[in-house]
Amino acid sequence: MFVWAQRLADWLVYRVFGLAAGTHLAGALNFLIFDGIKIFLLLAVIVYAITFIRGFFPPEKTREILARNKGRTLIGHILAALLGIVTPFCSCSAVPLFIGFVEAGVPLGVTFSYLVAAPMVNEVALGLLYAMFGLRIALIYVLSGETIAVLSGLIIGRLGLERYVEEYVFKIKMGQAETDVRQPTMMDRLRDAWLYTCDLIKRIWPYVLIGIGIGGFMHGWVPANALARYAGKGNPFAVFIAVAVGVPLYSNAAGILPLIGELTRAGVAMGTSLAFMMAVTALSVPEMILLRRVLKPRLLAIFVGIVSAGIVFTGYLFNALL
Amino acid sequence: MEIKVLGMGCASCNKLAESVKQAVKELGIDTEVKKIEDVAEIMRYGIMKTPALVVNGKVKAFGNLLSVAEVKAILQSDQ
Repeated sequence: MFVWAQRLADWLVYRVFGLAAGTHLAGALNFLIFDGIKIFLLLAVIVYAITFIRGFFPPEKTREILARNKGRTLIGHILAALLGIVTPFCSCSAVPLFIGFVEAGVPLGVTFSYLVAAPMVNEVALGLLYAMFGLRIALIYVLSGETIAVLSGLIIGRLGLERYVEEYVFKIKMGQAETDVRQPTMMDRLRDAWLYTCDLIKRIWPYVLIGIGIGGFMHGWVPANALARYAGKGNPFAVFIAVAVGVPLYSNAAGILPLIGELTRAGVAMGTSLAFMMAVTALSVPEMILLRRVLKPRLLAIFVGIVSAGIVFTGYLFNALL
Repeated sequence: MEIKVLGMGCASCNKLAESVKQAVKELGIDTEVKKIEDVAEIMRYGIMKTPALVVNGKVKAFGNLLSVAEVKAILQSDQ
């Protein structure tokens, strides 16, 4: 699909800049150009497609679907986990969303399945994983994320942790939306998706570039399998360390994916790389700060703990399976 | 004319607030654009997706980013 981009990169690096093949700089630059083109194009297409699809699943609809199924536990959790993937999720929407669900009578556990699934199965990451690593890896990503979402929701639901939600949440009366907003037409949807895509890329391109830059550096200077000794299948602690390092970090999925490819090339086991990616993208400090407004520290800690544990487990599982 | 931007501090919300302030300036409307960050108050408008634009108590747009031109159109239609 991207052979033309590789040829362009080769032409630029070896003909136009005249660098010798096989040198560190040539390798790094070649990767930078090729991967840069590839990632930004993929990003644009994937974000556009996803945003367009998401337009059909506004949070109000999700809330309605989940509230309707509040009696059916397992189905509720599965639905929440599935809807978490497609519904838009800006981290500041997490709070109004949470409150909206609680107010509609959606059980706490189900709400959590949603809260875990939304950042954990990141559609951009999914699209990029599919494009870069193929269907199998992408499917594993979705399935593991969904399983973690459903299970953590079930566990939290079972533990009866309603008392660790800030009290005012249960007292909020959500107003009736007095909106003047008309139903979007197809043209609106296509155009909104385009505006959003442009704006997103304008906001995140530095981070993506950094991710590609680091990948480029690794591509040029870090020989294949250099990290295998430390983070390959042999090291039993690798996944723990990867997740421990990843959780406090946050990056947009597009920024971290180029790195994942390079990490695996450098010999890091696939499960460990994936666990690292999930840890980085699923939990972010800004989101935690916002969630603190509705969750008491203990519940927030449980949330982070369960998600992290799920990711660690998944990392080990993949290392064992792949 | 009462203009409020509902949002809790993420990049999109701040961006909308800026666009709205710009639109207000360009249209010469003499009013303060209020940024509402309090969750309880945001919920009272019945929306779950921030950022949102509220003019004279009615929600005019929510969940998506508006260009300055679009904000101007909304503000003008209410004048």
